[in-house]
Amino acid sequence: MKKLMSGNEAIARGAYEAGVTVAAAYPGTPSTEILEHMVEYKDHIYSEWAPNEKVACEVAIGASIAGSRSLSAMKHVGVNVAADPIFTYSYLGVNGGFVLVTADDPSMHSSQNEQDNRYYAKFAKMALIEPSDSQESKDFLLEAYKISEEFDIPVLYRVTTRVCHSKSLVELGERVEVGFKPYVKRLDKFVATPANAKIARGKLENKLKALEAYSNTSPLNKAEYNENTNIGIITASVSYLYAKEVFGDKASYLKLGFTYPLPMDLIRDFASKFETVYVIEELEPFMEEQIKAAGIKCIGKEMIPNMYELNPDILAQALLGTTTESKTVDTNVVPRPPVLCAGCPHRGFFYTMSKKKNTVIAGDIGCYTLGAMEPLGALDSVICMGAGISAAMGMAKSFEVTGRDTKVFGVVGDSTFFHSGITGAIDVVYNKGKMIPVVLDNSITGMTGHQENPGTGKTLMGEDTLALDPVDVLKAVGYKTVAVVDPCDLKAMNEVVDAAMNATESYAIVTKRPCVLIKNLPPFKTKCIVETEKCKTSYIDQSMCVGCDVCMQVCKFDAIVKVGEQ
Amino acid sequence: MGDVKNILLVGVGGQGIILVSKMLMAGLMKAGYDVKMSEVHGMAQRGGSVTTQVRFGEKVYSSIIGKGQADILVSFEKMEAARWIEYLKPEGKVVVNNFEIPSMPIATGKAEYPQNVIAALEKEFATTTLDATQAAIEIGNIRTQNIVLFGALVKALGLNEIDWIEILRENLPAKMVDINIKAFQKGMEL
Repeated sequence: MKKLMSGNEAIARGAYEAGVTVAAAYPGTPSTEILEHMVEYKDHIYSEWAPNEKVACEVAIGASIAGSRSLSAMKHVGVNVAADPIFTYSYLGVNGGFVLVTADDPSMHSSQNEQDNRYYAKFAKMALIEPSDSQESKDFLLEAYKISEEFDIPVLYRVTTRVCHSKSLVELGERVEVGFKPYVKRLDKFVATPANAKIARGKLENKLKALEAYSNTSPLNKAEYNENTNIGIITASVSYLYAKEVFGDKASYLKLGFTYPLPMDLIRDFASKFETVYVIEELEPFMEEQIKAAGIKCIGKEMIPNMYELNPDILAQALLGTTTESKTVDTNVVPRPPVLCAGCPHRGFFYTMSKKKNTVIAGDIGCYTLGAMEPLGALDSVICMGAGISAAMGMAKSFEVTGRDTKVFGVVGDSTFFHSGITGAIDVVYNKGKMIPVVLDNSITGMTGHQENPGTGKTLMGEDTLALDPVDVLKAVGYKTVAVVDPCDLKAMNEVVDAAMNATESYAIVTKRPCVLIKNLPPFKTKCIVETEKCKTSYIDQSMCVGCDVCMQVCKFDAIVKVGEQ
Repeated sequence: MGDVKNILLVGVGGQGIILVSKMLMAGLMKAGYDVKMSEVHGMAQRGGSVTTQVRFGEKVYSSIIGKGQADILVSFEKMEAARWIEYLKPEGKVVVNNFEIPSMPIATGKAEYPQNVIAALEKEFATTTLDATQAAIEIGNIRTQNIVLFGALVKALGLNEIDWIEILRENLPAKMVDINIKAFQKGMEL
């Protein structure tokens, strides 16, 4: 049976067919839908949203040690968070097969950087597999588990936005009932003491040698020869599809699906047959550097850009010098940046902060990053998950030791607070920081499209569970005052911010109002309209208005009124 | 790129572009084409500019296209057509909804909504302008504007051999089918 699937959907299907029994992830574009689709197989696979990527990865590693085939999935920057366990798990090796899916985001469609995570495979000494479309996203995963178990090694499964979010036809298969590996206590294998690690280190080198031999014969690495061609193209992932689009049968291809360790014998043999050899890969010269280091002549980043995603057009221009004709039209196109939604509760907080003088606000990753957008402009920094609180701590310490009186706020959302905001908040009370943590609790993981988190009271599998309240956590770690406020009540919001700025002891703020996009919330019964006799310049789009009435509170002329059932 | 046809759908988050792409793909698959689609989500859903690319033919490799390669550009919002026009082939067709959604710089008075979009498009490209939003309101539900545009797209591509009414039935909730069939037919007529 053939089905239209995104790459992410196909990875979930692949996990099902490969006999996976445990999967854990933290949401992040473009990886999120992998676990969202994993729930479709809940009769066979336990899956969870972990509080962060490190926890997700460790849960999957634990399941692997216990004997399950397990999977952990995250966006590229999530692997930075999960890096600690993977660097050691490659030393230990697996019991049940273990696959870590990294979803990279070339061109940063929805990310703060475009790091090329293939280097993690080389750095942490894991096997690396790169599918190029949805069919391969499913099929290669079955091979990934075989490799993981046969070579006793974790597998890094690297996809990109265009693999994750492109849809194509997939021929489905049946689930392989692999069951589980028996759990046997093995102190020498799974306890990473220095003595054990030293021995494992040597074994790992041998595993990598064996994997290189496998790589040369792997079904994932294939040469496609076309007649009368003098161009040979070595490529992997979506770049293969772009190359096929540009060169068609005018070139021959070495299409690599297993890319670390690289099949150097296969590459050498392929390259020897052509006058010109191109290495076509998105982002960094990961393959090219190794191929050149092996003394094989090839052309890569001399001609192909090493940043932003590729497409057939970019390749044609870079390698053939051909440009496709295109036209613009003569009009002034105004940018359309993403903005906080109409009625978004974060607006009330950022509006309040935009009026405060001599303040600095460290932001974080999530919808509230958009608090930086004009006209609010109410953020000073955004770095990574959790830094909203901890970077603010550093700013406050800098201002303190250098004698400046600027007040520092640090903003995180509910899911980000549970992810890694908690540790920053503890640092602040422990080290007597003078910054004010603000948790914008909208009862959901917003930006990635509404996933459950430890504060929502539901699990990924749909079960009811304890709903952790950031207020209780902040009190528990030692905050003297934790002010709770409805951010859409601007007067109350302003009073809380003023109280925080004047506080002499530790003070934290938690704003509480659910995301307006959450389905099944009781709808506001009223909407706001502008009375046209009082104001001729403003209007409210009735299809967008959710009745939050923040506009009423802001209007100095009382020109906005509520209509509908009170 | 041989017989492969490229469709670019653009608009603003929340206008129902993904659903149209999905049904378009379903119809093309039934007709036996190889199909690929690429969409960009994430921040795009927060009122940002949204695009999906649909490619179909005997064998499709890449799911994305570069500039100057779309056979047809269907824009759910007027200014978005001008934003993405470079992706259209010089001889390509534009189907544009004559509907304005002001972006934030416009709403805050920092910039003005361009006044001459349709004329500028018509000057360079074969352009079909329709009031899909108005038509949807007349049909009785503004949210069917995407299906009006779907009808116009099918007509412009000449994909008449596919039973699109059946596709609508298979992909929409039962109580929404009739009104959307009306919207689709309206799009075919406009």
